[in-house]
Amino acid sequence: MRGYVVLLHKEITEQWRTGRLPVVAVIFLLFGLGSPVLAKYTPDIVKLAASSIDIHVPTPTIKDAVAQLIKNLSQVGVLTAILLAMGSVAGEKESGTAAFVLVKPVSRFAFLAAKFSGLAVSMAAAVLVCGLAAYLYTDLLFAPLTVLGFVAACLVILLGLLEIAAVTFLGSTLVRSSIPAAGIGIVALVVAGVVSSLPNVGHFTPFGLNELASDLALQQTATGWDWPIIVNAGFVLVALATSWLVFRRQEI
Amino acid sequence: MEAAIVCHGLVKRYGDITALDRLDLEVPTGSLFGFLGPNGAGKTTTIRLLTGLAWPSSGRAVVAGLDPARGDIRLRQRISHQDQQSKLYGWMKGRELLEFVGRLFGFRGPDLRSRVDEVLEKTGLVEAAGRRVAGYSGGMRQRLNLAQALMNRPQVLFLDEPASSLDPAGRHDVLDLLADLRGQVTVFMSSHILEDVEKVCDRVGIIDRGRLVADATMTELQARFAEPVFAIELEPGQPTAQADLVKVLDQSALVEGIGRDGPVLRVAVNDASRAGPEILRILATRGVHVARFERLRPSLEDVFLRLVPSQQPHGAHE
Repeated sequence: MRGYVVLLHKEITEQWRTGRLPVVAVIFLLFGLGSPVLAKYTPDIVKLAASSIDIHVPTPTIKDAVAQLIKNLSQVGVLTAILLAMGSVAGEKESGTAAFVLVKPVSRFAFLAAKFSGLAVSMAAAVLVCGLAAYLYTDLLFAPLTVLGFVAACLVILLGLLEIAAVTFLGSTLVRSSIPAAGIGIVALVVAGVVSSLPNVGHFTPFGLNELASDLALQQTATGWDWPIIVNAGFVLVALATSWLVFRRQEI
Repeated sequence: MEAAIVCHGLVKRYGDITALDRLDLEVPTGSLFGFLGPNGAGKTTTIRLLTGLAWPSSGRAVVAGLDPARGDIRLRQRISHQDQQSKLYGWMKGRELLEFVGRLFGFRGPDLRSRVDEVLEKTGLVEAAGRRVAGYSGGMRQRLNLAQALMNRPQVLFLDEPASSLDPAGRHDVLDLLADLRGQVTVFMSSHILEDVEKVCDRVGIIDRGRLVADATMTELQARFAEPVFAIELEPGQPTAQADLVKVLDQSALVEGIGRDGPVLRVAVNDASRAGPEILRILATRGVHVARFERLRPSLEDVFLRLVPSQQPHGAHE
């Protein structure tokens, strides 16, 4: 792990200074703020838009706010995860900065670990900002959610996002350019979307975790989720381990 | 002298293409080694193999006592690499980049700051140290790239075109800096600018289509490729003396022909070792005033073009 701390510091500073982290944080903040607001005022917007038609829209509840938040995060979050991960290794190989670093006394494991840790820190910061905003506005517009349940829900969402990021990261390790790496991430996304709709196995995909996140946020009884969490976390580890196995003997 | 870099039958293949074909090479410790070749000859491949960024298909190399193919971190502590193609991190400031590199080599606190100051001073980047690398000119970026390569006081320094983007003054400074490293650091420098290599390198390797076609000191190369031609220039104001001299030289059995290049006589001989003293004897007996008498030596460019005839080196006429 030689060089890990120095490289991780560089990764986080780079995310901040190149504007990636602030932009992602602002986008997630907007979705965090917007989700409960949209859930609360959708009926009013619908009524205003179709004033001549008599439409019955049920009164929004806290459940709608949580559903809206999870829906937004699962859409914007995964795209952000792909965008952040696609160039993480491939971009450095393409520009020559990977060679610049790897002739220094750092291990290739530390290089990859710092890259993914930096990515995970950015994603976690974005989910934190989004979660805080959503929590406060949900409290303001509906009712307070339990802190522990909501934090657990955010962690489950983060796990799903990291899974997509890890597969894209593997793609970024395999190829020498960001675009094909993004392609691998998008294929993984499509496969996960298809598998998530299948009975019995859907829970084992990142999208399948959304139901668990909702149950946790709303403090509903959630049972039988240990294996899906283990399998999803396992996917992250397998993707990262494969990345390392590929990268350790890869010519730069 | 012990070799800092040794290659034994180093081969690198990419599919059907042999990028490097049984390279045997020894670079003495503390020397400045110029590695020349046309584009695609295998220079970059060699550097990538010697720095552990790629692995040989067969053969073996030893750099600073270690095999680069083993991926040993101790080797990377002992070497440095300046690659012209590297973009560096444009978002960092110059000083910040050097501090980052220094930390990777284990420098901390006051040691780190003083080492950064030292290399900034050496590479003439003190004033630009607070600016973002993205705003650097090509020449400044090249200096910074060299500065980062010096951070760890390497035993072996690999340089890829270290002065190609620099203006004449910058080139002069960098070549002086490299010359100062002689005896302390082994420099393996690939370059297209033959004039630079000729100026600072003790030893030259020329590679063509993956094969080493020459590996010798500059003096050895010049001797090996020297034409048996002497140049004689008389002091001005002796027009008849020059005409007489041409007549006398023409009668010598050792002389094959005489040409004139302005005030200089170019005397082609059939046996340079015997002709030299013979011409000197003639000059002395004729009592002419000689401004210059020398055996013509080929430039590195001449040697390069003889060894790699189908290629015109970039920058050869710079």
